[in-house]
Amino acid sequence: MSGSDSTSRRALVALGRDPLAVTGGVVLVLLVVAGLAGSWLAPAGINEVDVDRMLQPPSWAHPFGTDELGRDVLSRVLVAARVSLQVGAVSVGIALLAGVTLGLFAGYYQGWLDNVLMRCMDVLFAFPVLLLAVAIVAVLGPGLSTAMVAIGVVYTPIFARVTRAGVLSVREQVFVRAAVATGASDLRIMRRHVLPNIAAPLIVQTSLSLAFAILSEAALSFLGLGVQPPEPAWGRMLYDGRGFVTDAWWLGFFPGAAIFLTVLAFNLVGDALRDVLDPRQLTVSEARRNAG
Amino acid sequence: MTRFILRRLLQSGIVLLGVTLVVFLLLQLVPGDPVRVALGTRFDPETYEALRSRAGLDQPLPVQYASYVGHALTGDLGVSFRSGRPVTEIVLERLPATLSLAITAVVFALLVAFPLGVLSALRSGSVFDHAARVFSQFGVSVPDFWMGIMGILLFAGVLGWLPPSGYVALTEDPVGWASHVVLPAVTVGLVTASILTRFIRSSVLEVLAEDYVRTAEAKGLPTRVVVVRHVLRNALIPVVTVVAVQLASLLGGVIVIEVLFAWPGVGRLTYDAVQARDYPVLQGAILLVAALFLLVNLLVDLLYARLDPRIRVR
Repeated sequence: MSGSDSTSRRALVALGRDPLAVTGGVVLVLLVVAGLAGSWLAPAGINEVDVDRMLQPPSWAHPFGTDELGRDVLSRVLVAARVSLQVGAVSVGIALLAGVTLGLFAGYYQGWLDNVLMRCMDVLFAFPVLLLAVAIVAVLGPGLSTAMVAIGVVYTPIFARVTRAGVLSVREQVFVRAAVATGASDLRIMRRHVLPNIAAPLIVQTSLSLAFAILSEAALSFLGLGVQPPEPAWGRMLYDGRGFVTDAWWLGFFPGAAIFLTVLAFNLVGDALRDVLDPRQLTVSEARRNAG
Repeated sequence: MTRFILRRLLQSGIVLLGVTLVVFLLLQLVPGDPVRVALGTRFDPETYEALRSRAGLDQPLPVQYASYVGHALTGDLGVSFRSGRPVTEIVLERLPATLSLAITAVVFALLVAFPLGVLSALRSGSVFDHAARVFSQFGVSVPDFWMGIMGILLFAGVLGWLPPSGYVALTEDPVGWASHVVLPAVTVGLVTASILTRFIRSSVLEVLAEDYVRTAEAKGLPTRVVVVRHVLRNALIPVVTVVAVQLASLLGGVIVIEVLFAWPGVGRLTYDAVQARDYPVLQGAILLVAALFLLVNLLVDLLYARLDPRIRVR
């Protein structure tokens, strides 16, 4: 059995035994369903403006109420799940790809390459996450794509550090030395022998980073720098509704609750994975601290 | 110790140089001409040329960078594209508001996290411990700006106890400042408290398992003495680091809260600079925050090495 198969199996068993992780998993499944089928599930069109039903409180017709343009909040919350999932997947994908590549090369080759790459990561680490993301978006222009790139860039150092730490311990193992002795190329050794053996901390970091990426996108959208109208995003809905919050609580409550439940679900699953796969790794709170 | 201090100073210096490079390159990444973009409809050739020349944009890139670093070392971060005022002056006048919010939030966080974390570890596995862990999980998952909105709704809208937003300087009217700082500080502080609770709990649990604690208990020392003299003293050393790092990240990381509560700090300044495309102010604010972050980390490392000699030999 390969390292990654055994890692996946252990991860699944861990999820199944932990009630909190199961709860988190169920929420995530619902989120994925909302993300994939939000437009079909939504009881109304997300941009159906109706001035006769502006700022209506929750009712049977509109369970989450209506916004300042008379649009159905439930429909917008459902459809916005897609944005959160997309941002989480793409930005963490960017961070994972860049961070793992950099960490792998730094840890495997060490020496000057390690020094240069890790000092670059230190530089990125010196900026509070949201501030750097805001700066990148400010320069490149607001929008979903730039928000995803910005979040991907700011989370890259975390993956680089986790990967490098893993590589440093694995590269001294007998099976890696044996692979070197057989004349295998460095790239093959990294791909076939090193990467599968550092999968556990990376899986945990990915799960936790998804939560923070979603939180960061919500914050960027709340500042008007993420998803642009009329496309719905939870953070943007909070931004648009903040002026009405004392008169229409539902505008602030439901989109925020959706962000909270999503982030909580990723954290619960991430914590459970960490407990089984990599108990020595950072806790959620430590990771969030690193995230600034 | 001297070697350790020199090594850490050198590392921080290199990282700070890298930070200046990133901040400098931000302006180069702006699509088009940043001065033209910033001036927008207020464009006139004279102002345009003056700002370009003052920002050094008519020079080759390496010269621009060298000049940027040289000026930054003397405290000159350029002039605002909007107001023409020195960036250093603009950023520094916003610092007290951010500092007062960050320090109040951390003090509140400690008041909550310290008893919660310590008691949770001492009563590990109890209902109290579970409740503390739920609080902690809640805190790291909740978006602080959502909690802020809910706070405004409840305490300003429904109860009418606190102002929904705004700022009064502490030096002008301490009572007015206190009433305005409560909501943003508690909002930020609760998230920080949940992070600190976890650290304090795990740190205390770790020390409780040490042999010297068992020895102290075996000697028949009262529990209070064991906890205060042996457990807390050692458990709180790593917590000092976390508190300082939290404070440092709050100095630059409360941008959303400052925007939500109209708190005129560095975060709000950054946001306004983004909206106005005032890139020198944006660069100055980011550079100051990153430099503060590095400085606090450096001081914490040195303090930690002083408190725990094992760090120096690693």
